[in-house]
Formats: sequence, C-alpha cells, structure tokens
Amino acid sequence: MAERILQLIIVGIFQGSVYGLLAMGLSLQYGVCRVLNITHGEFVMLGAVLTFTLSGLGINPLLAPVIIGPLLFGLGFLLQATLFRGLKAWAPSPAAFEGNALLAAFGVMYIIQYFARIQWGGRLMPSYYLADMVSFLGMDFVKNQFVTFAIALALGVAVYLFLSRSRMGRAIRATAEDPGTAGLMGVNTNMILAFSFGLGALLAGIAGTLVSMKTAASTSMGFSSTVIALIVVVLGGLGSIPGSFVAGILIGIVSMLVAGLWEPVLTVPVYYAMLMVLLLIRPTGILGKK
Amino acid sequence: MDITRFISTHRKLLLVGFLVLILIFIITLPLYTGASDVRVLTTVLMYVVLAVSWAMFSGTTGYMSLAPAAFFGLGIYTMALLQKELPFFLIIPIGGLVAFAFALLIGLVTLRLKGIYFAIFTFGLVVFMTELVQFLETRLWGQHGQHITPIDNEILLYTMLGLVVVTVLATYFIRRSRYGLALLSIGGNEEAAEHMGINTTRTKVLIFAISSAFMGAAGVITAPGLIYVNANIAFSLFYSFMPILMAVFGGMGQLYGPVVGAVIFGYLEKTLRAQLYSYFMLGFGIILVAVILFLPNGIAGLVPTLQDKLGGLMARLRKGEQGEQHADT
Repeated sequence: MAERILQLIIVGIFQGSVYGLLAMGLSLQYGVCRVLNITHGEFVMLGAVLTFTLSGLGINPLLAPVIIGPLLFGLGFLLQATLFRGLKAWAPSPAAFEGNALLAAFGVMYIIQYFARIQWGGRLMPSYYLADMVSFLGMDFVKNQFVTFAIALALGVAVYLFLSRSRMGRAIRATAEDPGTAGLMGVNTNMILAFSFGLGALLAGIAGTLVSMKTAASTSMGFSSTVIALIVVVLGGLGSIPGSFVAGILIGIVSMLVAGLWEPVLTVPVYYAMLMVLLLIRPTGILGKK
Repeated sequence: MDITRFISTHRKLLLVGFLVLILIFIITLPLYTGASDVRVLTTVLMYVVLAVSWAMFSGTTGYMSLAPAAFFGLGIYTMALLQKELPFFLIIPIGGLVAFAFALLIGLVTLRLKGIYFAIFTFGLVVFMTELVQFLETRLWGQHGQHITPIDNEILLYTMLGLVVVTVLATYFIRRSRYGLALLSIGGNEEAAEHMGINTTRTKVLIFAISSAFMGAAGVITAPGLIYVNANIAFSLFYSFMPILMAVFGGMGQLYGPVVGAVIFGYLEKTLRAQLYSYFMLGFGIILVAVILFLPNGIAGLVPTLQDKLGGLMARLRKGEQGEQHADT
C-alpha cells in the first residue's frame, strides 16, 4: 500500500509538472496583459492535435514544438495585438476591460474549438510516444513520464530565468507592474503585451505536445485543460510564475491520489473543494503577493 | 409630425399596448400552429429567462458568471428527482430555491473577492456539477441518467411564459430599487460604492442568488420537454454560452436588450442547430467577439445612437426649411 501511494505521488509529480507548464502560460497572460485567457486550453488542444498531425507526417513529437511553437506564438501575438489591444483602447476602465476581455476570450474559445472540430472532427487522435514501461526504484513507470517531466521542468526554469534575469524579462515585469510608467521608461508596452501573450500561447502549445505523448488528443480536450489551468493559477496565486508551478505539482499529486485510491470521476470536485478552502483562508494563493 | 408627437407623448401607453399584443400572440399561438412551433416558442422563452436573469447580475455589476448552465441543470435535476413525489407547479419554486441556495454558497465564497476569482470559479462549475452528479447517480441509483414524464406542450409554454413575466418584472423592479442602484454603482466603481455605505458583498451575493433562482426555475420547466436527461445533457456548456451571447448581443444596459438577443438567437438555435452544429457554434463565437469589439452596448446601445443621428438629421432638415423661408423673405 505504502509503495502504491509513493508511486502515485511520483506519477502525480510528473503529471503535475505539465499542469504547472499549462498554468504558467495562463498566469503570464493574466499577470501581464490582464486578460483572463479562457482560450488557453484550446491552445493546448491545438498543440496536441498538431502534434498528432505532424507525427502522421513522420515528425518526432520531440521535434514538433519547433513547428508548433512559432505557429501558436504568432496566433497569440496576433490575438493580443488586434483583439485585446482594441478592447483595451476602447474600455472606459481597467475593470471594464477585464470583463470585456473575458467575454471576448469566451467567444474566441468557441471559434477555435469549433474550427478545430470542423477541421479534424471529433475522433480520438492517439500519438503516444515512448509508451513502454521501465522499472525505476523497483516501481514501474511509463518512459514518456520522465521525458515530459524533464521538458516541463526545464521550460519552467527557463521561463523563470528569462523573466527574472533578461532585459526583456525585466521589461515584461515592469509592464505587468505599471504599463503607463513602463511606457514612459521607453518600453514598447504594446509589443511587450503581445509578446507575453504569444509566449503564454507557446507554452500552452508545448504543454499540448507533452499531453499528447501520454493521452490521445481530441478536439474537445481544451475545456478541461482550461479548467485545470485556472484552478492551478488561483491555487498558486494569480500572476505568480513559481506559484503556478508549485500548485501544478500539488494538483497533479492530488489528482493521482484521488483517481488511484478513490474515484476518478471525483478529481474535479476535489479540486473545487481545495479551491473553496483556499479562497476562504488565503485568497491570494499559495505563493501570491497581496 | 403629428405621429412623432403622438409617439413621444404616449410612449408608455404604446409600450404597454405592444407588450399586451405580444402576450396575446404567444397565448393564442397554439390555436393556429403545430406542436413543433409551440416547442420552438417555449425554448425561445426559456432563453429569455436565462439571458435576462444573467444580465440582471453580470450585466450591471460586471462580475462575469460563466455558469448559467450549472443552475439551469440543477433545476432540471430537481424536476427529474421530484417528479414522482410532488406536483409540477410545486417543483418550480423548489427548483428555484435549490439554485438560490447553491448560488448563495458560491457567492459567499467568491464574491467578496475581486471579480476575476468569481469568473474563474464559475467557469469550471459546470464540469464540477457534471462529475459530481455522475458520481452520485452511479452510487445512489446505480444508473446513468433519468427519465422524465412528458407534460403537455401548451402547459409548458404557458408556465414558461409566466416565468418570463415574473423574471422581467423582477428585473424591472430590482433595477428601480435601491439594490439596482447599488448594483450599478458596484459596476461603475466598487470601491466608491463601498465608501458610500453600500454593503457590496451582501448586495452582490443576494442578486446573484436571485438571478440563479430564475435559471433554476427555467430548468424545471424545460425538463419535461427533454424526456431523458443525464449529467452531460442537463449541465451542457451550451446553456452557459447561449445566454451570455444573447445578453451581450442584445445589450445589457437596457432591460429589453437580453430579450431581443434571446428571441433572435433562440429562434436561430432551434432552427439551425440540429443540421449545422459546428458551423453554427463557430459563427456564434465570431458574432460574440465582433459584438464585444464593435458594439459594446449591443443592439440596445444602437438605439440612442440612431435616435441621435436621426434627430440631428431631422433638425437639419427643419433648419434647412427655415433657412429657405428666410431666403424667400
């Protein structure tokens, strides 16, 4: 029993790293652009489905992000540079902008989802990668879990270092803090906003590729990814990048324990229970600032 | 000129007359059309309830609830579980109460925080409800889904019409009451509203719960027309998306905005959805984005603009006539 729990926790950490990656993109988009991008999961779906399409052309899933990444980055960049920038310019107040952006994202979610459904249909698209078992510490694991964990962790660290160390990262943080002043300091804020949004979309796309190695992709998978990403983001603290990653791993462990020991249907209700408790005692999230 | 003066002096009377005409039309509809038209009209009326009650809270405060379907589905399930025990007309208020209580709980957890937490929380609520109901259903009854005894179409139509009247009247009076003004000031600037002495959390939670109660009641009345429901049908995301689209399209600033949106899209949904589901949803997504971008106040927002434009045109014409008269003398 103890060994089974340990295994579930390790698998949960592996799974959670992908959730963390998912949530990081969303956190970046909300933290910088103030757009609660509920289209996020649809980008994950696009990443997963495109990985399937590319693997049909004989391209290794590990190389797929090289093509998918720029594509989704461009899509996210364009969304922010046209739609959300326009909304921001016309909104009477920041609060009104957040509301309108949310509704617009809701519309975009349906556009992408049903465009994909028309394009690819509703079937399952399996493109498993390295799905054979390997023994590790006396327990059996699927090989791709190590791969996805390594990629997610590396990307998470890379994004964190990029935001905290690089010049561009500093500009992004300044824009998140106070776009007006950042603009006066010579930051091209519109470019930074679009770049951050694109980066979030890119992370979602790569997360999609990682998901598609483990589970079959389908055009309707986006919504549940968005729900998980949103819950993780609130748990970790809205706008906090490391918080998202920590909360992602926490949610991964919880989901594995609930599904493995109790009842798979109840994972989302359990997330909600966690979310409720957290909002009651610490609304800023695990690592969030006031 | 006499007609314009007549319209402007007897505006209220005309409006009431117009509403009475519509009511008469709906009530007498079953006399001269078939069952399918009655069903279409019932669905349209259901969307009117959902859109108006959604706009009652989210339109005025700016707190975006993304889960009308959660409360609507709760109503459907209340009907499915109580249909054998209680008469239909008693279940309607019970369904409303169940949704009211559930919304109260959610509101108390999320509505004292910033709006974004509320939006996030409601977004996944439909999934939460679906999975919870699925779990309970298999555990408690060992079955998937519920059968609901059908009720006569005309009875459903009239009940739904009654609910529409109640919802619209409730919205109308809430808008005019202290609560309505409080809601508007919360939507304008919440901090200022709080400083003026408005108990913002209480107002928000209360109105959110009231608006959800109407959604729950609408669910109860819709349920018999579905005959069979399971968690995925009752808590379909579609019922979250449509009311929002309708209210945004119609315009949330005016009471009639969501009604107009609901009538247009409710009819389109009922006639087109079956054949062209994906294209239909794609098109509606595009419409939603376009309306938010280009018509932030919806169709209702166009009316004052048009009035301004037309008024200006009329004034210019009149001035032109006078100018010509001056030239003549």
